[in-house]
Amino acid sequence: MTEPLYRAEQLTRRYRNGGTEVLALDHVDLTIEPGRRLGIVGESGSGKSTLVRLLAGLDRPTSGRIWFEGTEITDLPERRLGFLRAAVQMVFQDPRSSLNPRMRVGDIITEPLRSRLVRRQLPDGIDHARRLAEVLDAVDLPTDSGGRYPHEFSGGQRQRIAIARALAPKPEILIADEPVSALDVSVRAQVLNLLTDLVAAQGLTLIVVSHDLMVVRHLCDQLAVMRQGRIIEQGDTETVYSRPGAEYTRALLAAIPRIRTAG
Amino acid sequence: MKRAQLITGLVLVAAVLVTAVVAVFWTPFDPLRVVAGQRLLAPGWPHVLGTDGFGIDIASRLMVGARTILLVGIISVGVAAVVGVPLGMLAGQAGGWVDEVVMRVSDVVYAFPALLLAMLLAAIYGGSTVTAMVAIGVASIPAFARVARAGALQVMASDFVLAAKSSGTSRWGVARRHVLPNIAPLIGVQASVGFAMAILAEAALSYLGLATPRPNPTWGNMLRDAQNFLFVAPLQALWPGLAIALAVLGFNLLGDGLRDYLDPRLREVP
Repeated sequence: MTEPLYRAEQLTRRYRNGGTEVLALDHVDLTIEPGRRLGIVGESGSGKSTLVRLLAGLDRPTSGRIWFEGTEITDLPERRLGFLRAAVQMVFQDPRSSLNPRMRVGDIITEPLRSRLVRRQLPDGIDHARRLAEVLDAVDLPTDSGGRYPHEFSGGQRQRIAIARALAPKPEILIADEPVSALDVSVRAQVLNLLTDLVAAQGLTLIVVSHDLMVVRHLCDQLAVMRQGRIIEQGDTETVYSRPGAEYTRALLAAIPRIRTAG
Repeated sequence: MKRAQLITGLVLVAAVLVTAVVAVFWTPFDPLRVVAGQRLLAPGWPHVLGTDGFGIDIASRLMVGARTILLVGIISVGVAAVVGVPLGMLAGQAGGWVDEVVMRVSDVVYAFPALLLAMLLAAIYGGSTVTAMVAIGVASIPAFARVARAGALQVMASDFVLAAKSSGTSRWGVARRHVLPNIAPLIGVQASVGFAMAILAEAALSYLGLATPRPNPTWGNMLRDAQNFLFVAPLQALWPGLAIALAVLGFNLLGDGLRDYLDPRLREVP
């Protein structure tokens, strides 16, 4: 039996917000097999972003445990998380805020390669300039983009830069948190297709968070529906779409706008 | 409009700078030598701004005063920035009790009047240019710490810092590549405004005799000397007063203009 990529048991995260306590994640169990493309859907506040932040090691659970490739990462100190930092990369929602406006695109993309934690995990002597050219090519950006600043690019191009940065350290897993919801509708399809192609070409495991069921259907073969900090339904994308089990999933699916023809 | 502000500021600051540099090598007359026969001359030739109560050329004394004020400004703002900015960044990045301790200490320093500190130092070491620089510098630390902390908090909340963390960038790397470059414009503005305040403070201190002592000229002690002749030769007070006002205005305008110019996101829009 192969070890799953991620295994989470009874993950719980509480936030204290002034006097009130918010239960963002409520005893979630999750297993992610390598090579799968998992979509996590749910309305805002359902805990989907909290879940991926825990998976990416950007936040710690209040209780529960997480294993990554068989190693427990729940309480590992940052200096021992190098293997996770190299293997898991994130793409954020809005490239206007996820790219430092004062860094050149080349420096932004190669930043993961410069971290000491990640460097130890990579083969020696990885050539930054060469890797930069490779990933720029992979996301269809001009080769000379490296010397320019993010504000010189359009929204769709900026998200490509963010994707290039995520690819730079040759990760195994890509976590995309609402990767197209800040983009113009006209470039969404391009970015989604790019993600699909990259995941297929590089054999990545993909985790996509979205409130948009169409995005998830396009990208993912597995689906987890979240509500109020819990996963209420999980399964193959097509199965969930054609035969939703939970009442809430049916409501979500019914909320997708369709064009109704007259007559 | 914004451009005009920046240019006016630049011109005024450049004027102070050039005057100070020239004064190192040359002044029209000896700024220290008393000439009893030429007391309180009206502006004319060769004394373009006239002479003071000791018969010394006022223009020469103003030039040397610019030198002093620039030196005090650079050193005190430098001290304040070098100490205040790292402290503010530390507070903003670390948060928690570190933030609490740094900012409370900063509040205590902020609450302590610069003038009192200067008097204290003058009482112990005697009033000099150095005591004025130290007093103004220490008193300006909290302003820099606050600006740096506020900026750091804002940058730390951004997605690009989260992205950096998720790819294993160290705290030091985040501070150097993300926080510092993004708060640099804020610090530049604060430095310019701080410079203006340092000029005012130095003028006040030397007016009170707590900074550079006579016979070395500063704009502040020139004002004090002029006070004795206010009804006989009112123009005497005008020159150093005007110099102080224009220099302060210049650094304030420069600060405002810099803020707009240094931000590449604002530069996008013409």
